[in-house]
Amino acid sequence: MNMPTEKPWLRVCAVDDIPLLGSRVITRDAGNIAVFRTAADTVFALLDRCPHKAGPLSQGIVHGETVTCPLHSWNIDLTSGEAKAPDVGCARRFPVKVENGEVFLVL
Amino acid sequence: MKKLKLVVVGNGMAGIRTVEELLTLAPDLYEITVFGAEPHPNYNRILLSPVLAGEQAFDDIILNPLSWYAENGIKLHLGKTVTQIDRVRRVVVADDGIEEPYDRLLLATGSTPFILPIPGKDLAGVISYRDIYDTEAMIAAAKTKKSAVVIGGGLLGLEAANGLKLRGMDVTVVHLGDWLLERQLDETAGRLLQKSLEERGLAFLLGKQTAELVDDGAGSVAAVRFRDGGEAPADLVVMAVGIRPNATLAESAGLYCNRGIVVSDALQTFDPRIYAVGECVSHRGVAYGLVAPLFEQAKVCANHLAQLGIGQYKGSVLSTKLKVTGIDLFSAGDFIGGDGTEDIVLSDPAGGVYKKLVIKDDKLVGACLYGDTADGAWYFKLLREGRTISDLRDTLMFGESAIGDAGVQGQSRAASMQDSDEVCGCNGVCKGTIVKAIKDKGLFTVDDVKKHTKAASSCGSCTGLVEQILMSTVGSSFQETPKTKAVCGCTDRTHAEVRKAIREHHLLDHKAVYDFLEWRTPNGCATCRPAVNYYLLSTWPHEAVDDPQSRFVNERVHANIQKDGTFSVIPQMKGGVTNSTELRRIADVADKYHVPMVKVTGGQRIDLLGVKKEDLVDVWKDLGMQSGHAYGKSIRTVKTCVGSEFCRFGTQNSTQMGIDLETMLANMWSPHKVKLAVSGCPRNCAEAGIKDVGVIAVDSGWELYVGGNGGIKTEVAQFLCKVKTADEVKEYSGAFLQLYREEAYYLDRTVHYIARVGLDYIKARVVDDTANRQALYERLLYSLEGLPDPWAARIAGAQKNEFIPIKVLA
Ligand code: SRM
Ligand SMILES: Cc1cc2nc3c(=O)[nH]c(=O)nc-3n(C[C@H](O)[C@H](O)[C@H](O)COP(=O)(O)OP(=O)(O)OC[C@H]3O[C@@H](n4cnc5c(N)ncnc54)[C@H](O)[C@@H]3O)c2cc1C
Ligand code: SF4
Ligand code: FES
Repeated sequence: MNMPTEKPWLRVCAVDDIPLLGSRVITRDAGNIAVFRTAADTVFALLDRCPHKAGPLSQGIVHGETVTCPLHSWNIDLTSGEAKAPDVGCARRFPVKVENGEVFLVL
Repeated sequence: MKKLKLVVVGNGMAGIRTVEELLTLAPDLYEITVFGAEPHPNYNRILLSPVLAGEQAFDDIILNPLSWYAENGIKLHLGKTVTQIDRVRRVVVADDGIEEPYDRLLLATGSTPFILPIPGKDLAGVISYRDIYDTEAMIAAAKTKKSAVVIGGGLLGLEAANGLKLRGMDVTVVHLGDWLLERQLDETAGRLLQKSLEERGLAFLLGKQTAELVDDGAGSVAAVRFRDGGEAPADLVVMAVGIRPNATLAESAGLYCNRGIVVSDALQTFDPRIYAVGECVSHRGVAYGLVAPLFEQAKVCANHLAQLGIGQYKGSVLSTKLKVTGIDLFSAGDFIGGDGTEDIVLSDPAGGVYKKLVIKDDKLVGACLYGDTADGAWYFKLLREGRTISDLRDTLMFGESAIGDAGVQGQSRAASMQDSDEVCGCNGVCKGTIVKAIKDKGLFTVDDVKKHTKAASSCGSCTGLVEQILMSTVGSSFQETPKTKAVCGCTDRTHAEVRKAIREHHLLDHKAVYDFLEWRTPNGCATCRPAVNYYLLSTWPHEAVDDPQSRFVNERVHANIQKDGTFSVIPQMKGGVTNSTELRRIADVADKYHVPMVKVTGGQRIDLLGVKKEDLVDVWKDLGMQSGHAYGKSIRTVKTCVGSEFCRFGTQNSTQMGIDLETMLANMWSPHKVKLAVSGCPRNCAEAGIKDVGVIAVDSGWELYVGGNGGIKTEVAQFLCKVKTADEVKEYSGAFLQLYREEAYYLDRTVHYIARVGLDYIKARVVDDTANRQALYERLLYSLEGLPDPWAARIAGAQKNEFIPIKVLA
């Protein structure tokens, strides 16, 4: 039987551990994850791999709900993980929630 | 899944282009087999004319070398003509009996030259102009024969005639029409063209109909005889009277043909397994004879072959150019005009310029340009867009540069083009596509651009434009963001306006700037934030607060990001001088952190490449050296030569001068990077002539040069002034750099700043006005005062989180 098991929420860090309009990296064998914090304190998590040439998105500049990849300046939408036109591609998203100033993530 | 079999008949421009497009869309869908009747890999047929004219060699015009077929796993049958398609068994049969089965078949058999059905057409010395074989025959004939007659004054005929003339033959062009290129030019332009070709030694017989080719008695051609009785001697006759779609094979297979293989908007023939593209095709009743529409067809066809099923070919509007070096002509659309149209004409026969624009219902419907075709692409765009031109009408004739502020002062045409403007007509490539490819793929040569975008890879007439785009894109960021325009999409304000507002209203942080200037976005974007950050810091030193999140990663983490996400570390090495202790520490760090590469840079210091971000702070600590700022819009290096201490020619201590300048400028942020060099004598071993500030020692003092640049476009520094003492060197160069820091727009190097304000202005402010110079110098020293070395600051704990990854235990 292949019952879908609920994956657990994992605590990552406090929201304040992430710089405003910045990000932190979660290192992981299966590929690093970038956690971003916008000016409105919304937190997003994407695979830290630009759909263009695998640039580390965590190192980009965050503006609005977008991050600009540091390597060749693709703009990635934080809400969907999708590259903005004219570029095409998608970085994997991870579910995030913030509770009492703490960030949780499902891997 | 087993691959489908695709067989392509015709190894020419349209067929192979379709295959290329298909390979990018669906690289693994098909097992591809190509038949080509010619014994060559796919070459650029268009460029046969430059080959004939001796301007290019055959090797230069090969588009897909044999290795390309091999790399893409394409089975190639060269020198084999397909003679039969068995649609029931789904196989094609070639003239040597070889059979290949297909699931999809692509016909791209091109066209055949039309041969006048007149007596003598089969004599030796009578040829057409279609392929390498013909071109070689003409080149060979030109070596032994004297007089040539070209029948047909169209594009092909004129290019043949010009080539033969350049190869030393006496050439007469016989043409039935009343003027040359009557399908491409109106009469006035046709006459101008004739005149310039006559000046090059070509002779013309217009309104003449050829009746017969005369035998020399031994089976070779001797003369051309006309219907009206006259004769012209000829040892070589080139027939260039038109082409016929080559549909014989398709017809014999029972496919519906009507002056070409009839295809749908999906480039499908009446047999749904069989597609056709190129000159052999009749689409909506039109057979095309230029590559631009064929390449559009190729794109659509590939899309359907890839089973994506989107895209329709709806026919093309054509434009023409003649490839005779030194003759510029361009035409498009309905340039003859007639009822209901108006003409705007500019005619300067003496100057060899003629332009005619045809307008109907406030829209440009045709253009015919002779002598000055610079605006051809722009007219062609207006024409295809079908946009009303009532607002442009007064200046339409004077071209794009005459309207509004499309261009930025004195910049090339490339810079003023819109992203959506077409650069390469043959391949339908727009400026935006080229710019994007240059940026994304890091292209630096026209050849790279050709490879990646196809622009300039066909007729080559846009090569110059591509070069300009390359220059303005990789070139200085100066042209990349025209500074008289808005900083970015977040605002309509220019760089100058932002600077002014920050200064006059004492704005101290990003929010204040965005609020005050009514930015459209809440916190800017990756383009404006770094610029605003610099303007704040340079205008209000010690007051404005640096915002790390508004800095590009390199400046935020004080190291240069690499393609794999690791960083490079370049410690400061003032004037390029080091010692054994420092070198030992560098060596130890390299070992301890497994640094993959240690390299001497072009800036006289040492680079540790491939350091992991989380190791950066430790690496800096262990190095015990200061940041070299090799990553910033900041002071970079001060290169020096050995100078008077050691060198037998040295006139001053240039090494110490360099060290002093580098010490003075430590930690300086600037609009773009700043590089200096100090040489001990005019032999200039430190290459001071291409630095932002170059200092050259002479017996009686120091010469100062400014605005040099050794990057994308080499710019020689200009002489600013000569000074006597080392202190003066610091004061003058410091004052110049402060002026640049206060007034240049973000991402302008000194050369671009000087180009904007003029060297005389710099001299007036820095050299002639002593009080102003001293004030500038003091402001520089004030802004640099107490700035911490960024590596030391990080070692002490600043922005600690930046360097520490989070570990989550699942
Ligand atoms: C390390 C070094 C090459 C080397 O191995 O020698 C280097 C490496 C880079 N250069 Fe350079 N440049 C290096 C000397 C130069 C020089 C030579 C010099 O300084 O004497 C030049 C020409 C001189 C000049 O700038 O006028 C040079 C002209 C450029 C340019 C073109 C600048 C221009 O205005 O045209 C760029 C692109 C840019 O800055 O926008 C660039 C950009 C770069 C970047 C930073 C590209 C980037 O953004 O990632 C390279 C980082 C590579 C990496 O992966 O770490 N590099 N670069 C040199 C470091 C010198 C140092 O010690 O600081
Ligand atoms: C001298 C010259 C100058 C030109 N200049 C320009 C220009 O400046 N601008 C422009 O836009 N266009 C120009 N053209 C036209 C342009 O070259 C053609 O439009 C283009 O090459 C047509 O491509 P195609 O693939 O349809 O045909 P081709 O390139 O002719 O390819 C067809 C190929 O199929 C092969 N073939 C045919 N039948 C069979 C068969 N049964 N089995 C196997 N192989 C077969 C042929 O041998 C040929 O190699 C020029 C043409 C010439 C000759
Ligand atoms: S180091 Fe400089 S020249 Fe070399 S590839 Fe990078 S940018 Fe180009
Ligand atoms: S890797 Fe992200 S833009 Fe190229």
